[in-house]
Amino acid sequence: MSETSQVHPDYNYKVVRQFTIMTIVWGIIGMSLGVLIAAQLFAPALNFDIPWLTYSRLRPLHTNAVIFAFGGSALFSTSYYIVQRTCQVRLFSDKLAAFTFWGWQAVIVAAVITLPLGYTSSKEYAELEWPIDILITLVWVAYIINFFGTLVIRKTSHIYVANWFLGAFMLTVAVLHIGNSMVIPVSFTKSYSIYAGAVDAMMQWWYGHNAVGFFLTAGFLGMMYYFVPKQAGRPVYSYRLSIVHFWALTSLYIWAGPHHLHYTALPDWTQSLGMVMSIILFVPSWGGMINGIMTLSGAWHKLRTDPILRFLIVSLSFYGMSTFEGPMMAIKTVNALSHYTDWTIGHVHSGALGWVAMVSIGSIYHLIPILFAQPKMYSTRLIDIHFWLATIGVVLYIVAMWMSGVLQGLMWRQVNSDGTLTYSFVESLEASKPFYIVRFIGGLFVVVGMLIMAYNCYKTIRTPKESIADNTASAAA
Amino acid sequence: MDQGTIGSIFTVVVFVCFVGVCLWAFSSRNKKSFDEAANLVFDDEEKKNLNKKDQES
Repeated sequence: MSETSQVHPDYNYKVVRQFTIMTIVWGIIGMSLGVLIAAQLFAPALNFDIPWLTYSRLRPLHTNAVIFAFGGSALFSTSYYIVQRTCQVRLFSDKLAAFTFWGWQAVIVAAVITLPLGYTSSKEYAELEWPIDILITLVWVAYIINFFGTLVIRKTSHIYVANWFLGAFMLTVAVLHIGNSMVIPVSFTKSYSIYAGAVDAMMQWWYGHNAVGFFLTAGFLGMMYYFVPKQAGRPVYSYRLSIVHFWALTSLYIWAGPHHLHYTALPDWTQSLGMVMSIILFVPSWGGMINGIMTLSGAWHKLRTDPILRFLIVSLSFYGMSTFEGPMMAIKTVNALSHYTDWTIGHVHSGALGWVAMVSIGSIYHLIPILFAQPKMYSTRLIDIHFWLATIGVVLYIVAMWMSGVLQGLMWRQVNSDGTLTYSFVESLEASKPFYIVRFIGGLFVVVGMLIMAYNCYKTIRTPKESIADNTASAAA
Repeated sequence: MDQGTIGSIFTVVVFVCFVGVCLWAFSSRNKKSFDEAANLVFDDEEKKNLNKKDQES
């Protein structure tokens, strides 16, 4: 071993640290915004009659903040970390790394300013106007060059599977973003899509669902394939399965978009194709989930003592749950009940809070001590508390949304014998109110967990090395 | 060629590719190299420890 090993490469941890810290910051901001708009749904007065604080403007800010600011920063941080560690080489370019960090933060700040002011392209998850879209493209190209550049100069013969997923995520998001953001600007703050009608809708959901498939799935699977084996201390259950997982997932996801447009003006065959492809997607999704969870095979006892590992494994359970639920909801007859109801919101959050947020949180707890040269996190007890807050919060959230969603779906389709609707829309809204309060409480749990995480990370970074080594929670008291 | 034919050809091509990937992934010839790749997660850790020892001594 020693003859092949060279001087330990001097990794660029600075950019990883920056993105990791910002992941926590944007996580708190984005999730708090979610809690605020959740409260507005049962207490509308909470918009204080200020246009900037209305639900319609804060909702896109919430989605952009949690997906692209929180999730995006988590992906930047972990991908830069993973590619260096598994290629055993420093990042291709420190300058490009710094550019991606400051560029991405500028994009987010621009979103925080423009969305509440009402500047929007009105495309879901792609609301930002064209000047910001161009900045995103520049940052993304720099990111791709830096990541693939690092793969090219790697010191290892293999490219570890996590990098395959991360690479696919980057390339596909570039294609999606550029494809869907094609617009004709009419002024600095206003533009119109070059697509029209059903084609525009298809482009939008080709983008929208693959933002889920590649940004929120492939990227985070890359994270999973590195941090689960690392934290469990054993290689992934089956590397061969991970290869089949990669090719099956990347070749199938791109076709699933039309399931967002069932029973619309989209051609019927396209809807059916989207439905079939979404159902098939269940197979690679569960292949990946099983591969991740089975990595613990023979070491299940570690779950009892290691809350970081618990975060990672429970995130995979939520991933399995939402990738079972998704294909079911893509079936046209099920979709007739679930679409436009809160069921969809519940499904999204079981994926976003259960899978994406929890796998990121587990990875960050793993990373913080390494990045700041500490032996371990300041308090394992606080990680444990965070784990239970997050888990209970997510379960409260999704169960409330399931019940509210099914209730709405049933009420909306109920007709009297003369063909008129049994319930008005407002009646279904009143029926949902108790569930909105439960959802708010669930969200609050998640945010409190994030605040505890921020405190724990702050203490880990600030505490002198000696005092962490021989204590846990007792020093905090 | 109409759309249906193109679609059918594409489906067969993708299926053949999938079978190819499976055969490649599960062929016993590649087992060793995949095992090596799976352990990449831990590879630089050992080097790090070695270096640490070097620095300490």
